[in-house]
Amino acid sequence: MTDILLRTGNLSFAYPERSSSLFRRPTMREVVRRVDLAVPRGSVLGLVGESGSGKTTLGRLLVRLLRPSSGGIQFDNIEIGGLGESEMRPLRTRIQMIFQDPQSSLNPRLRLGVTLTRPLQVHGRLTGRRDRRDRAAALLDLVGLPTGLVDRYPHELSGGQRQRAGIARALALQPDFIVADEIVSGLDVSTQAHILLLLRDLRARLGLTLVFISHDLSVVRVLCDDVAILQHGEVVECGPVARIFSSPRHAYTRQLLSAIPLPDVEPGWLDDSSLIDISQQQGSAA
Amino acid sequence: MTAVLAIHDLHVAIGQRGTATNVLRGASLEVGAGEVRGLVGESGAGKSMLGRAVLGLLPTNAVVSAGTIHFEGRDLLAMPEPERRSLLGRRIALIPQDPMTSLNPVRRVGAQIAVLLRRHLALSKRDALGRAAQLLAEVAIREPRRVLELYPHEISGGMRQRVLIAMAFACDPSLVIADEPTTALDVTVQRHVLQLVERLRQRHDAAVLFITHDLGVVAKICRTMTVLHAGRVLEEGETADVLARPRHPYTRALLAATPRVDRPAEALRPVPTALIESLWSEAYRLDRLAMVGPA
Repeated sequence: MTDILLRTGNLSFAYPERSSSLFRRPTMREVVRRVDLAVPRGSVLGLVGESGSGKTTLGRLLVRLLRPSSGGIQFDNIEIGGLGESEMRPLRTRIQMIFQDPQSSLNPRLRLGVTLTRPLQVHGRLTGRRDRRDRAAALLDLVGLPTGLVDRYPHELSGGQRQRAGIARALALQPDFIVADEIVSGLDVSTQAHILLLLRDLRARLGLTLVFISHDLSVVRVLCDDVAILQHGEVVECGPVARIFSSPRHAYTRQLLSAIPLPDVEPGWLDDSSLIDISQQQGSAA
Repeated sequence: MTAVLAIHDLHVAIGQRGTATNVLRGASLEVGAGEVRGLVGESGAGKSMLGRAVLGLLPTNAVVSAGTIHFEGRDLLAMPEPERRSLLGRRIALIPQDPMTSLNPVRRVGAQIAVLLRRHLALSKRDALGRAAQLLAEVAIREPRRVLELYPHEISGGMRQRVLIAMAFACDPSLVIADEPTTALDVTVQRHVLQLVERLRQRHDAAVLFITHDLGVVAKICRTMTVLHAGRVLEEGETADVLARPRHPYTRALLAATPRVDRPAEALRPVPTALIESLWSEAYRLDRLAMVGPA
């Protein structure tokens, strides 16, 4: 029996939809529906879906930034779905998140050294100024950044460097579980590959368990062992990457895969007869 | 036969004299009639600046310090401003990157298309709306009459992008500049949008300069491509040739660093940092040479 670090059972999340009338009771909109996931210790699970699929909400549930409407989340055999903030606190050191946009998730007014060691400070693990600098330098080194960046501000960094700093901060408390939400989507190809390989390397060195959220199946293939495909808040297909990519079973997975333009010339890719409508989504049209 | 667009040795700098930064360093390219040319580069390559230079929409602190831009044989940079303006939207059109901010949020979709048609084609209000409905139908929007009555926030991102495509082709331009038009879209929507651009391009017989960072998109829609880095053209040619046999190390490195669903993880090779550094130092060397040389 494999050692499952994180497991969800029937996990659902709904939020009240803006109601048309002030007096009518708001209807609930379910954005994550009955999701069952199991992430073995030391593995990487990719969560893939298009916009509105509920992947970010699911990620936020897993790190308990959101409380599930129903269903459970077991982290290391502890049920965390219903825990309150103070009960979650000791577990926070073990569960971390890396955000999509390091530009907005790093405090622009703090030097990198302070940002990176803030989690340590909050959890009372710093012994003094000397310690702070040393720890910050070690974290920078861990993610392949020059230790001289300790005194720099986020705006002085390139996009790739900022994303590395975001990773370093998540690693500060030596967590065993990390949710990474679209962390390479804003990056150039040349930077993106470096970040993906860094994550792969860190995972091997630190024995991390990762949930990697992305809209892009091709980056998932680089990093993940398993992948779960989300559509309208439901997992439509889940399995090992190799299997999903070689023989996708669900129609939606096949549709996603065939829509990815590979860098090969392929006459006919554009004159697909399925060009009728983009399912005519009307947004919030009445 | 003359090219629809011919850019020769274009230099653009941003900022004050003395502290100006070069963003285009002698870029040249041509787009023939009916051709779709991909302009590929990473952020900071200058690809959007090149597009904006053609459109005459450079930021106010940017200057074209050298080079020429010919559109249908006429020098755009030497043309009187009113004349150049009259080409925009009519003979040269833009499909912008961001469908969220490119439409006026307080005007109905129909009114925005109609303004364009009335100004350039001198149509009556009634005819303009009729034509607008046709255009929306061309981009596979069902019930175009109803969509004309909607505000931009009432339609989805994919549909907004289709409205912008319809607007770009509205006046039968001979050149359309598509600036990363699918970057913000989901892959399934992206495919439809690319199909629409190709369909309208054929129907309206336009040439397209397709700006993108995505080699996959280039492979699918562009017959020719130009690779830009630090404002310099590193490689250009038929897309099929460039992708199958890239000659410049940068193009090769970009291809190797692009994750592919049909290849295992081990195939991924990040772009060597040393290569990027050497390309930039070459660009700066050219800047210094230009400064000591004749203006």
